[in-house]
Amino acid sequence: MIRAFVAALLACALGAPAGAETVAITGGRVVTVAGGGDIAKGTVLVRDGRIVAVGANVAVPPDARIIDATGKVVTPGLVASGTALGLIEVRTVEATDDRGSGAPGLSAAFDAGYGLNPDSMLIPVARLGGITRAIATPAYNDRPGRELLFAGQAAAVVLDGTPMLMRRGVAMVLEMGDAGAERAGGARAAELVALRAIFAEVRDYKIRRAAYDRGETRSYTLSRSDLEALIPVVEGRMPLLVSVNRASDIRDVLEMARSERLKLILEGASEGWRVAPDIAAAGVPVLVTPVENTPASFEALGATLTNARRLAEAGVTVAIQGNGNHREREMRYNAGNAVANGLDWRAGLAAITINPARIFGLADRIGSLEPGKDGDVVVWDGDPLDTLSRPIAVLIRGVPQPMQSRATELRDRYLPGVLPPANGDKP
Amino acid sequence: MSVRAVTVLAALALAGCAAGERPQPAVSPAAEVQGPLVAPNPYPATYRPPAAGRVALVGATVLTAAGDEIANGTVLMDRGKIVAVGPDLAVPDGYARIDARGRWITPGVIDAHSHLGVWSQPDTVEANNDVNEMTDPNTAQVWAEHSVWPQDPGFDTAREAGVTTMMVLPGSANLFGGRTVTLKNVPSVTMQGMKFPGAPYGLKIACGENPKRVYGGRGRSPATRMGNVAGYRKAWIDAQDYARRQDKWEKGGRVGDGPKRDLQLETLAGVLKGEILVQNHCYRADEMANMIDIAREFGFSIRAFHHANEAYKIAPLLAKEDICVATWASWWGYKMEVYDALEENAALVHAAGGCAIIHSDDAILVQHLNQEAAAALSSAWRAGIPIARADAIRWITANPAKALGIADKVGTLEPGKNADVVLWSADPFSIYARAEKVWIDGAVVFDRADPACRRHSDLLLGQPGDTQ
Repeated sequence: MIRAFVAALLACALGAPAGAETVAITGGRVVTVAGGGDIAKGTVLVRDGRIVAVGANVAVPPDARIIDATGKVVTPGLVASGTALGLIEVRTVEATDDRGSGAPGLSAAFDAGYGLNPDSMLIPVARLGGITRAIATPAYNDRPGRELLFAGQAAAVVLDGTPMLMRRGVAMVLEMGDAGAERAGGARAAELVALRAIFAEVRDYKIRRAAYDRGETRSYTLSRSDLEALIPVVEGRMPLLVSVNRASDIRDVLEMARSERLKLILEGASEGWRVAPDIAAAGVPVLVTPVENTPASFEALGATLTNARRLAEAGVTVAIQGNGNHREREMRYNAGNAVANGLDWRAGLAAITINPARIFGLADRIGSLEPGKDGDVVVWDGDPLDTLSRPIAVLIRGVPQPMQSRATELRDRYLPGVLPPANGDKP
Repeated sequence: MSVRAVTVLAALALAGCAAGERPQPAVSPAAEVQGPLVAPNPYPATYRPPAAGRVALVGATVLTAAGDEIANGTVLMDRGKIVAVGPDLAVPDGYARIDARGRWITPGVIDAHSHLGVWSQPDTVEANNDVNEMTDPNTAQVWAEHSVWPQDPGFDTAREAGVTTMMVLPGSANLFGGRTVTLKNVPSVTMQGMKFPGAPYGLKIACGENPKRVYGGRGRSPATRMGNVAGYRKAWIDAQDYARRQDKWEKGGRVGDGPKRDLQLETLAGVLKGEILVQNHCYRADEMANMIDIAREFGFSIRAFHHANEAYKIAPLLAKEDICVATWASWWGYKMEVYDALEENAALVHAAGGCAIIHSDDAILVQHLNQEAAAALSSAWRAGIPIARADAIRWITANPAKALGIADKVGTLEPGKNADVVLWSADPFSIYARAEKVWIDGAVVFDRADPACRRHSDLLLGQPGDTQ
């Protein structure tokens, strides 16, 4: 009894979900998104939340729960970057929007790893789109007269309805280009100068912390918590995730990151295709939304449906994003659109699985079907990038997830009143 | 040889892409009559179908939006009209033959809800935002066509996605937003050159959160949903009075001065006379039911509810009232009144026997209406509602044509209809399908293989923008 209790405690401490068991997904076309490539009729075996075997000839233990995937496609769970999952419920209901703070003195220190809501109705909706993990990403909460350079820190989260936090501080979020310039006083140069001054200040603070606490340093423009939050950024341990679009802005950011020795992730990059070799040479990954091809601003006049393809062809690691907030489930369609415009199909799938996992330092746990990784597996009734396909099973850490959302419950409530015989205006 | 014949020959000589011709600005043509409007038609369409020859598309899978899927189908177009569609049709002499084997053909895509041209790209530029006359809850006097900027690059990208017709609406800040305009997606320097000849006007009405937020926030009415309804009713009472006075003067032999024209009341009176179609932005089921009662109280009908994400809750009522539902599959949660949205909304409306439409309201989504319809379709399949592709294609073709009042001209591939046609590289419900060739009135307006008939917007000329 006591032993069982201790074992349960240990399991919790290790992050293994309650109810973990042995699950065998058999007979499907397994797309591992790893060195194993595709397996025409393969088995994925998951035990106690972890993948233990992937292959064509995997022995299935007699106690395993079998999920028959014959004629289906089996992929890793999808990883959505740049999301508000866990941070928002209804966009115009402010009390349910925790993406950003208007508090003064809290910019880089804002941490999206706090306050996450695993009961959000957005999570089952995303999961029915095959998404099992996400990067909960802060957004600016601009208030008049407030300088706010950084939006804050993103967190990796799990979407199985349990407490969401997987890893805190996976990136520091910064908007540059038009929006960043506006926050810095109205010009791109102002933001670049301000950022360099801030990085210098953080380095100064870092070696004078004790003196700072005694009140023996010069005054800093940032709060103590913001200074602390930026130390891993200036040390190159936490990537700076910069939202930027214009080709010249991308060059400026690459140069800033080089001279400040920062680890960089680009986001948006509408004109990334124009400077793709520079991005590739810098070894900087890019998060793109391939369907965003409208010249929505003067910094995005070069937006094109072929951006993802051209970046990938230049050797850039590309992750593909969804359409934000409530529309993350469209991420796989965005990947499909990139493929329709020339991106290799496997690169399209990698852009929503292993690539975001790598970019945010999570590839030891998720992003591909390999022994040792978490048991995040999706079984699809067709091509996972196609609108006509749907997941028929979603596992997170080895646990089959409910295939319902509040929306499907609403559907099931009203469907009987809609299908013949029609019964007037009261369903 | 007559001058006219020379002109026709010159037009026919255009290399494959009629859209390469830059239409001249309008030069006060003879007043074109767009039906018996309350007022004469002062801003007539100058669009004229270009000369088009005989074309046979042979061997494709054809979704006509008016019947079953046709395998190995042939579509015959003659001088801008569809003349025949069927399996294994013989191609008569004189037709230019296009091998369409392995490809799919549908009618031109129609977007029932667009702000292209009135909220143009770059849409973050305030100067390009002409969509909401947000100065009074009733701006029935404004006409969207007077905001349309034909150089909006969004028209080009929509055309490349097979969109041949769209209704452009004023925004939803006001109870009465103004008149809509239906456009053909042809390159033009003037709005008149895009205007769909003979298409009726619509009146944009908005329910719910937007009007009460905008005006309540200014300490004005409406600040509540009951304030919204009071606002509609007051306006309809005024319109009835206006229409009565005008009728009396007309029937009295126009003796003496008639009532002074009032642009706002003229549009509302046009609705009461059945000449202008009500296009009603309305999300919630209970509000749609209220709007139906208001229409009954004042004796007009509602042509379509737009967005209408709760239509599934009253789908049989909407079918009975013959009101179309223009909606999305994917959008939800961005405000309270769209919290109950379903991917299956269109399918449930369809299953109840109603008129379901997938619309865009967006410069990006308009390029993916086939994919949005596919998401709606696959959600139906998941729910166990069997809907065929041949029926679902109506959501972006025949049904929006009905909602816009142009179903006698476009929306299906039936003999006599305008030859608005899309040749797709694959099943249009597949994510990988792209429009290869697009015809409007039998003239090629987009050809993926021909760079000459792709981007037309002056805005992007000389810019770093890609043309791929």
